[in-house]
Amino acid sequence: MNFDLSDDQVALRDGIRSLLEGKIPMSRVREGFDRSMFDELTNAGVFSLRVDGFGWADAAIVYEELGRALVPGPLVWSFGRDGITGGLDLTVGGTRYVEHLDSLDALLVLDHTSISTADPSSLAGSPADWPLDPLTPVTEAASLPALTAVGDADALGALRAQGALLTAAYLVGMADALTDLSVAYAKDREQFGRPIGSFQAVKHLCADMVVRTEVARASMYAAACVLDDPSTGDLSRALSGAKLLANEAAITNGKSATQVHGGMGFTWEVDVHLYLKRAWVLDTHFGSIDTHADTVAATL
Amino acid sequence: MDLQYSEADEVFRGDLRTWLADELPALPPQPARDDWTARRAWDTDWQRRLFDAGYAGLSWPEEYGGRDLPPSQQLIFLEETTRARAPYVGVNFVGLLHAGPTIVAEGTDEQKREHLPKILRGDEVWCQGFSEPGSGSDLASLRTRAVRDGDHYVVTGQKIWCSFGQIGDFGELLVRTDPDVKKHAGISWLMLPMDLPGIEVRPLRTVLGSSEFAELFLDEVRVPVSCRVGEENDGWRVTNVTLSFERGTAFVSELVDAMRLVEDLAPLVKDPAHRRELGHCAAELDAQWALTKRNVTQSSRGTPGRGAFMMKLAYSETRQRLGELSLRVLERDGLVVDGKGEFVEERLRTLALTIAAGTSQIQRNIVGERVLGLPKEPK
Repeated sequence: MNFDLSDDQVALRDGIRSLLEGKIPMSRVREGFDRSMFDELTNAGVFSLRVDGFGWADAAIVYEELGRALVPGPLVWSFGRDGITGGLDLTVGGTRYVEHLDSLDALLVLDHTSISTADPSSLAGSPADWPLDPLTPVTEAASLPALTAVGDADALGALRAQGALLTAAYLVGMADALTDLSVAYAKDREQFGRPIGSFQAVKHLCADMVVRTEVARASMYAAACVLDDPSTGDLSRALSGAKLLANEAAITNGKSATQVHGGMGFTWEVDVHLYLKRAWVLDTHFGSIDTHADTVAATL
Repeated sequence: MDLQYSEADEVFRGDLRTWLADELPALPPQPARDDWTARRAWDTDWQRRLFDAGYAGLSWPEEYGGRDLPPSQQLIFLEETTRARAPYVGVNFVGLLHAGPTIVAEGTDEQKREHLPKILRGDEVWCQGFSEPGSGSDLASLRTRAVRDGDHYVVTGQKIWCSFGQIGDFGELLVRTDPDVKKHAGISWLMLPMDLPGIEVRPLRTVLGSSEFAELFLDEVRVPVSCRVGEENDGWRVTNVTLSFERGTAFVSELVDAMRLVEDLAPLVKDPAHRRELGHCAAELDAQWALTKRNVTQSSRGTPGRGAFMMKLAYSETRQRLGELSLRVLERDGLVVDGKGEFVEERLRTLALTIAAGTSQIQRNIVGERVLGLPKEPK
């Protein structure tokens, strides 16, 4: 058992982190997803990691970095696919919103038993004026387009597993970034003549953020290892636990980061709200906190 | 990065399973909760069985009776003994998980030879003497005085929260050997033979109605200087070695035990909201077990990661959440402590988890300051 990043994995993490810092800094993230961003990620090999011989743990490490940088776009749906691929999961309640519709080359449609594809251009409609996450445009699919079945229940299970893992990884990266933002602010911002991070009321919020992140990260890495080698655990339980804790870490850290930043945390200018809004969006992807808690409970 | 146990690990697991299946049915019934003499005999008998079978001191050096096994097999031991519902460490807690590891790390060869094999065989029971009535979270402010008199320290003071004080052969004792320097710089770590004149032990009644804790009154107790572990006035550093064991590894067996409690509670849960909450708790415990594996991997590479600081904080919160849930599930079955299962007693016992071994508030200070580098509170 060697449950920590190998030297190669550390190099992979550092490589993708410096690439994203250089090419997709927050100033560019704030302009939203576009094809040039997708092409750069494609050239970096982000979507072809599996066919290039990397394991799921490696893919998780890369998606953690995408989340830390808050890179927008249908990045999880596009993993292992050709072109910009979006997804519509019919098993999730509420309005059928398709994310990033105007950018999509392909659309996957999931129900309870199978995977289909649809032509995104056959979906009429214009994006909502005021999406919750300004970097995740959504368009209502008023009527379902023509579907072509492309995968059975096994393929669906595999897609949901990879989706839960990579989304969990992305969320853990977000939770980590929120901790870093808060700690940096708490060291810099002064009130009552000293840094607010010296006050226990603020320090303890930050401590809880890092603990939550580390626990979620361990859970997510464990799920990745089980996906790489299913003999080492209960895959369904591992994935559900990972997605549940990653979602909770990102959402709770988003709220805590808002609090640590005080009034600044309620401004458009500070990045915290972009993370928190994305965390809420991603709770609707590949199983929510509640559905995954139910899945874990069903194993008991 | 992987979670695979090696072939040798799996052989170890298989042998242990076989041994537990043979040994556990042969154990005598457990004694009454408040019968400390009988409990000492029962717990040390179990420890002796472990020792004779080669399952004591898995992480300790071979030359002092340990096995020096890899961390993966220590984790397997915890997994398998818990799954088989083998006895917990009981009165051996301080010796095995506190004082013993401290002596391994900081003791002289003579101290190791004298104490470690006896602890592993169940021949020597230890109790704790750290906290004082005036020194809880601010442990370093402790005032129990030790004045050097030739080959002895003359020790006077009062200790509280002495785990197993009624039955300990030795106590791990923190004393002030230099009152004229900064509080952290004047402390020493002593092994206190509990049969010395001048020691009075008074049991301390906790919310459980009874307990393994005691108060300790020390009146000019003459402790040989040879009982000091580490250098004089270097006791605060030695204490942090002890506490790193308590906050790190000592909670691992608790964690596996909590997973067993989840499985016990599951069949009693009918309400869907309670089921969801139980799933949530299980996911957290699974994650803390994964974090433990990560900590163990990092420690075996020689660099304990930041996760080691976080286990106790995360675990104690989850365990209390599980305790709350169990009372909601039990409804009025929860009105009797020893009625249905061990859930009510556990709910009471685990109130201590966020207090003992450094309160959660102190743990958050440690994480905030040592891990995140946030500025200290003004003192």
